[in-house]
Amino acid sequence: MMSFLVVHRVSHTYFTKKTAITALDNVSFSIEKGEFVSFLGPSGCGKTTLLSIIASLIRPTEGTVMLEGEKIHSIHPSVGYMLQQDYLFPWKTIQENIFLGLNIMGINTQETRQKALDLLNGIGLKGTEHHYPNQLSGGMRQRAALVRTLATDPKMLLLDEPFSALDYQTKLKLEELVWKTLKDYEKTALLVTHDIGEAIAMSDRIFLFSAKPGRLVRTFLIPSELRRLSPFAARQHPTFSELFQFLWKELDSLETVK
Amino acid sequence: MKQSNKVLHAQYIASLRKEKRFIRFYQIVIFVAFFALWETASRNKWIDPLLFSSPSTIGTLFVQKIRDGSLLVHSSVTLFETVLGFILGTLFGTCLAALLWWFPRFSKVADPYLVILNAMPKVALGPILIVALGPNFSSIMAMGTVISVIITTIVVYTSFREVDSNYLKVLKTFGASRFQCFQEAVLPASFPTIISTLKVNVGLSWVGVIVGEFLVSKQGLGYMIIYGFQVFNFTLVLLSLLIIACLATVMYQVVAWIEKKLIKNR
Repeated sequence: MMSFLVVHRVSHTYFTKKTAITALDNVSFSIEKGEFVSFLGPSGCGKTTLLSIIASLIRPTEGTVMLEGEKIHSIHPSVGYMLQQDYLFPWKTIQENIFLGLNIMGINTQETRQKALDLLNGIGLKGTEHHYPNQLSGGMRQRAALVRTLATDPKMLLLDEPFSALDYQTKLKLEELVWKTLKDYEKTALLVTHDIGEAIAMSDRIFLFSAKPGRLVRTFLIPSELRRLSPFAARQHPTFSELFQFLWKELDSLETVK
Repeated sequence: MKQSNKVLHAQYIASLRKEKRFIRFYQIVIFVAFFALWETASRNKWIDPLLFSSPSTIGTLFVQKIRDGSLLVHSSVTLFETVLGFILGTLFGTCLAALLWWFPRFSKVADPYLVILNAMPKVALGPILIVALGPNFSSIMAMGTVISVIITTIVVYTSFREVDSNYLKVLKTFGASRFQCFQEAVLPASFPTIISTLKVNVGLSWVGVIVGEFLVSKQGLGYMIIYGFQVFNFTLVLLSLLIIACLATVMYQVVAWIEKKLIKNR
C-alpha cells in the first residue's frame, strides 16, 4: 500500500532578474498516516518552501507530491496550514475567525460550526468567542489559530514554526496542547522548526535538512520510549539529552562544512 | 495602599481635566481675539472696511440673508454638490483601485497614466466638463468628483497591495478564490486607509465644487463669492467663506465620527 504522503524528487528554484536560487534539490520522502514528522535544519534550507509545495501554494519546478495515492494539483481540503504567527483577522471576532475556513470552503453548517466551537472550548478558550484577537494573549491567539486550522477537519497539518514567536513557557504549554490535540484527532503532522528540543519532544521522525541548496540529508527515528511520551515528559527523559547532543553535532557538522 | 492609589488616580484625572480646560481656554481666546481685533481694526479704519468688511456687518448680512431664505438655498445647493461629489469620488476611486488590484497587468499598463492624471490640476478640466455636461448642477458635481478620484485610486490601491500577504496565505490554504481574498482580507484590511482618504477628499471636493460654481452656476456659495467679487461686495464674499469653513468642519467631524465607529477594533 502507498504511503499517506509521498514527495517524489521535488526540486524548486526561485528566479530573480540576476539569480536563480535553488531552494530545494531533489527531495524525496514518504510519511505514514498519523505520523508526526519534523523538518529540522538551518535557516535557508527550504523548509518553508517544501511546506508551501505540499500545501500546493506554490508549484515545484520539478517533482511530484502525492496525497493518499493521488497527485495534488490545487489546494487540497485535507491539508491544513499553520503559520509562524497566528494571523487572526483583527477585524473579526474569535468566532468569526474560526469559522473562516468553513465559510471559504462552503461547509458552514450547524454541525461544523458546533464542532469548531467545541474545539475552541476543548482548547481552553471558552468564553472568548465574541472577543477580538487584540484582547487575547499571544498563546491564546495561536491556540485560536489552531482551532481555525482544525475546524475544517484536515487530515494533515502543516506547521510552519508555529511556536517560534512565543515565549518559552507558553511555547512548552502549547507544544503539549498541540501534540495532544493532534494525537486525539489522529492527524498526520509536519512540523518545520529550527529548535532541536522541540523536534525531539514532539516527533516520531526527524528529517534533517542542509542549506543552500536544501537537501534532505538524514532521517532519524525517535526511540519508541520517547515517542510514547508527551513533549513535556519527553524533555525529562534521559534519552532526550543524549539525542539532543547527537542532533546538535549533526547540525553543527552540516553548518561547518559550508 | 489601595486608598492612596485611589487618591493618586483622582489627582491624575484632575490634572488631565485641567490640561484640557487650559487648551480649550486658549482656543477660545484666539477665536474671540481674532474677531474682536478684526472688528476694531475695521471700525478704526486700520484696514479698509470696504475690502475686509467687519464681523458685525457680516453678521447683519447673515441675518438678512437667512430672513429672505437665499442663504439656505445657496448653502444647501453647495453642500449637496459637495457631499455627492465626495461620495462619488471616493466610491469611484475605490472601485478603480479594486480593478487595478484584480488585474495586476492592467495596473502596470495604467501606471504612467495614473501618474499623469494625478499630477494634472483637475480644476483645469472645468471648461471641458462644462461643455460636455452642460452648465448646470451635474458638471459642478463632476468637478467635485474628478478632483478626488485619482488620488483616492492611488492611495487605496497602494494600501490594497500592502496587505500582509500572510493573511492571503491563510485564505489560500482554505482554497479561497481571488474574490474571497479581496472580500475577506484585502478590503477590510484597507478600511483605515479608505477612511483616511475620505478625510482628504472632504477638502478636495470643496475645492472642486467651489471652482465649478465660480465657472458656471447661478446658485451656491461659490456663486455668492464670485457675485460678491463682481459687485465689489466683500461682506458677501467673507460671509460665504465663513459658512464654507463651518460646513467643511462639520463634514470633517462626521467623517472622523464614522472612522471611530468603523475601526474601533484595531
